[in-house]
Amino acid sequence: MDLKPYLESLPSAIANTALLTVCSLAVGIVLGLVIGLARVSSIKPLRMAAAVYVEVVRAIPLFVQILYLYYGIGYLIRKIYIPSPFVSATAAFGLCYAAYIAEIFRAGFQSLDRGQSEAARALGLTRPQAMRWVLLPQAFRNILPALGNEGVALLKDTSLASVVTITELTQVGGQLTNRIYKPFEVWTVIALCYLALTLPLSWAVRKLEARLRVRGTSHTA
Amino acid sequence: MSAAPLIRLKGLRKTLGGKEILKGIDLDVAKGEVLCVIGPSGSGKSTLIRCINFLEVPDQGTIEFDGVLVRPDGSLDRHRSRVGMVFQRFNLFSHLSVVENLTLAPTKVLGLSPGQALQRARALLDRVGLADRENAYPAELSGGQQQRVAIARALAMQPQVMLFDEVTSALDPELVGEVLEVMKGLAREGMTMLVVTHQMKFAREVGHRVIFLEGGVIAEEGKPGDVLERPKGARLKEFLGHFS
Repeated sequence: MDLKPYLESLPSAIANTALLTVCSLAVGIVLGLVIGLARVSSIKPLRMAAAVYVEVVRAIPLFVQILYLYYGIGYLIRKIYIPSPFVSATAAFGLCYAAYIAEIFRAGFQSLDRGQSEAARALGLTRPQAMRWVLLPQAFRNILPALGNEGVALLKDTSLASVVTITELTQVGGQLTNRIYKPFEVWTVIALCYLALTLPLSWAVRKLEARLRVRGTSHTA
Repeated sequence: MSAAPLIRLKGLRKTLGGKEILKGIDLDVAKGEVLCVIGPSGSGKSTLIRCINFLEVPDQGTIEFDGVLVRPDGSLDRHRSRVGMVFQRFNLFSHLSVVENLTLAPTKVLGLSPGQALQRARALLDRVGLADRENAYPAELSGGQQQRVAIARALAMQPQVMLFDEVTSALDPELVGEVLEVMKGLAREGMTMLVVTHQMKFAREVGHRVIFLEGGVIAEEGKPGDVLERPKGARLKEFLGHFS
């Protein structure tokens, strides 16, 4: 096995996959929190807008959303702004995962004991204060395993970004195959690279979970 | 006790889930008074005291606090900060340590510095006999300890009145005494207290006045000696019969 072509292309491919995952997940979590808060808002139009967003995004394949943003929206706004493939793909992943993550946040808020928010309000904390200091920290602990799963799923989904010419792992797998004509060897290496990325991510989430676990409680959330 | 009431309820009505729970409650609570609320389950005891800090918003009627009408608007948080509440299920913030439970609201709502809040918290934990557990988490404490922390948490806001909503009902019998002791101490110091309770002995010994709630109205009220020893109505007689 000749290592040279791999050493030339894999490091940057792994970096791109990781970077795409991290950036998209950051967008997804921030936006997901905002939409999740809207889902449990006391303002009805806000609640409905968030529900519609979630339903629409979940009904369209992620692959189509990536194409839609890069080629469709990209064409529409080409005179004002031409997004790079990376920006476009990050936006597509972030917007899509935000819908799923919003549902996780919503479930996290709704699973909290009503007494927690009552106690906070009875002490004179405002709704935003109760959310920031009592409900959000508790919900976040509860949903961490689910968020970790989304992170792993997103990492694997970044392979779809090859369609908009980002040189991440899957794109590079195709290029390598064309260069050295060893499809079995190349795709085995690519698969192992994904494994090498997802396993540490799962492990890191478990570590974080243990660190945030409240003493005296069982670890099930 | 001064003449002007600290709390004045007029014509309070509340319907929950299609059932009218409170059917017109008029009640004055004087400063420094310990008022015990007794009655069968479903009689509206909890709803009544939850209306005082607007955890339940009354459908009709008014609540005056210290001579000022309480409205469910932007001023509500300020009202709530002056009314301490202790719940049946403790409701301690499960992700915060004992001392953090006590310092959260004083720093965020009253604007105390962390140092001041910590000092206040430690003095209160000492008073409820839990000075050595300040770094414990709620789930590590017994029910009686959690409830004492909950009382200290409410006191950390230096409220003008304390509402107790069946605070010993979720406790094992052997843990009830330690919580009642803390409440007795508060009463001795002149704290205004509204106590929904099934602890008749406590009502008799500590209460200044007892009201018997039945079907959403105040059926009987008076000094604990009179209400508990010489009930007039048949319903109260029957109710008290369950405790003898």
